[in-house]
Amino acid sequence: MSYNNVQDWIINREDWTPVEKLGETFGSIVDISPYAGYNLPYDVGVKVWESLGGLIAWLINLIVPGNPVSLALVSDWFTNALAIVVMVVVIFAIGFVTNLTMIWQERKFLGRQMDRRGTMIGPLGYLQCLGDGLKTFMKENVAPRAIDKKIYWWGVVLVIGTSVLLACMIPLSPRWYIVNYNTGLLLIFAFFALAPFLIMCAGWAQNNKYSLIGGLRAAELMISYEVPMLILFAATVYMTGSYNIGEIIQWQEDNIWLIVPQIIGFFVCVVCAIAESERVPFDLSEAEAELVEGWQTEYAGMKWGLIMLGDYFRGFVACALVCIMYLGGWSMPVIESFGWYYQYFPELFMVLKTCFVFIFFITARGALPRVRTDQIVNVGWKVLMPLAVINLVITILIKWVVDNGGVF
Amino acid sequence: MAQEKMNADKMWLTMGPQHPFSHGLWTLRVEVDGEIVTDAEPEVGYLHRGWEKECEQRDYQKIIPMADRLCYSASMTWSHLFCKVAEEALDIEVPERAQYLRVVADEICRIQSHLMWLAAVGTDAGNLTIFLWALREREFMLDLNVRLCGQRLTTNYPRIGGVRNDMPYYFERDCLRGIERFEKALWDIVKLTDESSIFVGRVKGIGHISREECANLGITGPAMRGCGVDYDIRRDDPYDAYGEMDFYVPVYKDGDAYARFRVRIEEMFQSCLIIKQAMKKLESIPKTAPYRLKVPKAIPEGTHMARIEDPRGEGVMYLISDGTDRPYRLKVRSPVFVNVSASKRMVQGVRIADIPTVMAMIDMCLGETDR
Repeated sequence: MSYNNVQDWIINREDWTPVEKLGETFGSIVDISPYAGYNLPYDVGVKVWESLGGLIAWLINLIVPGNPVSLALVSDWFTNALAIVVMVVVIFAIGFVTNLTMIWQERKFLGRQMDRRGTMIGPLGYLQCLGDGLKTFMKENVAPRAIDKKIYWWGVVLVIGTSVLLACMIPLSPRWYIVNYNTGLLLIFAFFALAPFLIMCAGWAQNNKYSLIGGLRAAELMISYEVPMLILFAATVYMTGSYNIGEIIQWQEDNIWLIVPQIIGFFVCVVCAIAESERVPFDLSEAEAELVEGWQTEYAGMKWGLIMLGDYFRGFVACALVCIMYLGGWSMPVIESFGWYYQYFPELFMVLKTCFVFIFFITARGALPRVRTDQIVNVGWKVLMPLAVINLVITILIKWVVDNGGVF
Repeated sequence: MAQEKMNADKMWLTMGPQHPFSHGLWTLRVEVDGEIVTDAEPEVGYLHRGWEKECEQRDYQKIIPMADRLCYSASMTWSHLFCKVAEEALDIEVPERAQYLRVVADEICRIQSHLMWLAAVGTDAGNLTIFLWALREREFMLDLNVRLCGQRLTTNYPRIGGVRNDMPYYFERDCLRGIERFEKALWDIVKLTDESSIFVGRVKGIGHISREECANLGITGPAMRGCGVDYDIRRDDPYDAYGEMDFYVPVYKDGDAYARFRVRIEEMFQSCLIIKQAMKKLESIPKTAPYRLKVPKAIPEGTHMARIEDPRGEGVMYLISDGTDRPYRLKVRSPVFVNVSASKRMVQGVRIADIPTVMAMIDMCLGETDR
């Protein structure tokens, strides 16, 4: 299907890809649902409200029989509204738990690499993150006096906010999404690229030289990884013919995981994704050796804790993007041929694949020292960029050959 | 309207006294133009505790544990140096067994000090694996310290006229095992650093100082040998049993941070060689041989000087004695205090990101710098 402009994609609701067969498994609620297909978190929301709201309505009805409140509570409109609230909470909670798992995974893996134990609180050290979160939460909320208050607060709020938003925008399966945008991948990339700008503002607003340098480095970093990343993105979209994440994965499920034709792209993408989530070889904007804590220097207590959490949300999103673009997202070649795969497991496998990609990130962090500011620009423009272009050329060639019924 | 003109191109950045790169309490004020450092000014002295003056109130014997506290990671060489200057004043020769024991202890100290430096390089370059691996190896060296001296850091081992105690049982075996293990483990760390193109890219070609500047500033130790000056007191002015040791002094001509890095890494391998040789020699000396001389408490009047190859450079102690059991004056020449004066020259022209890696190659130890 072709469109004239972006607005067309967004308003043209007919081409949302329904996955009808999934709805049949759990019982479809298409009549009141805003979704064309079956949506699991939404379904959870409806079921929660059906039992909870139904109970409340029944109780009220016992006291005052035939009242309008009871009727309103079980009405389609109210159920729908509450279901969406519950659904957002469910999606965030799963993203949050995935995030905590990845933090735990990183700490344990790094511990093994560095010949130590990693976290030890709770079962297998899993509860350390909760303890750390609680600790930062208990800290005094300190802010320096001579700051640009508005930007100081909005900067950090928006950095954290966009990170969490991004994590919630990642679909985990054909039935696990908030909005099935036809421009999904493009939107995610757009939101991803917002953070360096906000970091720069936040760095300036703190009235601290280290923060200022850290903020400017975020911009320097961005110009070096963003361009190759977008070229890779173009290659993926050209190959699959869609910006819709569901369709990209559907294409990979039907044909082949993109890692096979775009193996160069995969490795470049992992490097760019590490840079995008500002993790250790490329964490120039918070280089703790020279810039104390970089752009986060003046953010104390819970602000810092949330920034760290937001960092891991971005790490999760970066891994999920690699997974969606190259590893076929939630599709699993052999396992999905069994009927039960799409009923029970796609979300789990998506998360597992994301964690698998995260191992690359962790290994890079354990093995490599931080690169210098000029080196990352060099690498970005002299190594990653040509590789990304080569990847694009290969993609175009393959596509051309296949479309013309060539060797295949 | 009159406006005061501000230099908006450059700004002064005060790195320290509490800064992750400083590894101690000192300040490096740098003038930066964007990311490029144009000028720098080291400020030390936060840790001044009147060490030299304090020594004037103490017996010579009581200065030995104080000399330990000059530098937490090179305590052995500093107390050794003090004993050496006192021995020179008394004009006595240390028993052979003690000489070899001192060599072993000094080289263990050198290895663990260099490992502390390597760990610091790891954090400065932004890699915690180097840090933890180096500290793990250092822990084994400290265990050897515990076996030999009963203490991890402030060992209090050398005595005027010998060492405090002979080797404990099985120390020979433990030491050789530890060294053998260390040589293998050090190769792992070398793979993580020297064979990593990112790490080498971080340290290569930054922080240049030339041979001449080196001489003018009085830089000594690995920093000097990284500039192509082939000089090591252990070899060129041997003290204790170093004259009989067969080892190689690593020298690099590049004068950059990478050269200093390589010098220190190779020095660790050479230290292993020295320990092996000294242990072999110790086997041939009968266990009943004396390891300590009885010396008078008071030192005759005069001025005396001794120097030693500290892990960080040339440590010198200058002693003026007035015939009593306390020094009239004890002056310490700290290698780091001199070497850090080169920071102005070394960080000019590098980027802010390079400051930690350049300064790490000096291996700051503030205890001896500020005294």
